[in-house]
Amino acid sequence: MNSLPENYYQELEQIQAVDFVLVELTLYLDTHPDDVKAINQFNQYAQYSKQLKRAFEAQFGPLQQYGNSFSDANWGWGRLPWPWQV
Amino acid sequence: MDEREKSYFTRMKSYSPYHSPFDPCRPIGKKFYSTPPNLYIGFQPPGMEQFDPHTALRKGTLWPAFWDYYENPYEAKG
Amino acid sequence: MWIYEKKLQYPVKVSTCNPTLAKYLIEQYGGADGELAAALRYLNQRYTIPDKVVGLLTDIGTEEFAHLEMIATMIYKLTKDATPQQLRDAGLGDHYANHDGALFYHNAAGVPFTATYIQAKGDPIADLYEDIAAEEKARATYQWLIDMSDDPDLNDGLRFLREREIIHSQRFREAVEILKEERDKKKIF
Repeated sequence: MNSLPENYYQELEQIQAVDFVLVELTLYLDTHPDDVKAINQFNQYAQYSKQLKRAFEAQFGPLQQYGNSFSDANWGWGRLPWPWQV
Repeated sequence: MDEREKSYFTRMKSYSPYHSPFDPCRPIGKKFYSTPPNLYIGFQPPGMEQFDPHTALRKGTLWPAFWDYYENPYEAKG
Repeated sequence: MWIYEKKLQYPVKVSTCNPTLAKYLIEQYGGADGELAAALRYLNQRYTIPDKVVGLLTDIGTEEFAHLEMIATMIYKLTKDATPQQLRDAGLGDHYANHDGALFYHNAAGVPFTATYIQAKGDPIADLYEDIAAEEKARATYQWLIDMSDDPDLNDGLRFLREREIIHSQRFREAVEILKEERDKKKIF
């Protein structure tokens, strides 16, 4: 397998950053369910995360399984490297 | 605790263990222990200042008030 | 159900082939205060706790699996391509004799994982205090690991994991406050 291009790591880290904000807001909202401002920020970031993942998946294959991501023509899910390998 | 008091706490404390003349290891001097911000802040108030997403990921938290950088406190000793 | 996402929560890096550090890190893989114990502890408590805090236990429990994958990745990278001789020199000879390079759920001293690490009292306050203690113990373990490691990239990932313990402890402390509240009284910030 050829090594992955530089923008793989850059775009992946962008997704990791946005998803990390979502993890933090999720745990915060679990104990602050009435914070409307935080809920709005959560929904904004959820939207942004979906956009980033759509663009990433078009280049590097599906991120999620069980139909949460569409498959490419070659079942990239099982062929492309795994997170601990990259 | 009022706002002002909240910001005044140290994140690392130390104590000096008793050293007997019959303890063969050279005295370590101070022993350190961590007292991170979650021990002081109480129920998180809404609207706290946030890091931008990349900084938040790198620091491991979205909120600067909870960030507690850790470094080996014994490193300076030979 | 759970959905796997093919990415790490944090970009894990290590700078050197260093099986000795992997030997220490396994404490957080299959040890008493490790990420596996954490995930199983929180997810298991969900069935016997007030609904108000089930979401929190679900979400923190799920994040612990992401941390387990980060620890596995660190161990994988620290030992990948290491020769049997290198593993022996790192004190991993006993491990190699049984497992080759395979990961196994045991602690740094080789003691296999056991369900007795995970308490479940069925009392919401007792269980949440156990969770707070578990987070503080895991935070301390990350400190001892950082103290012994001279790998700056590894320490970067370990600092991320230590900070997550602080946030989880904060949320569990808030969960206790929520369960202490008198009924029908609104919380005042």
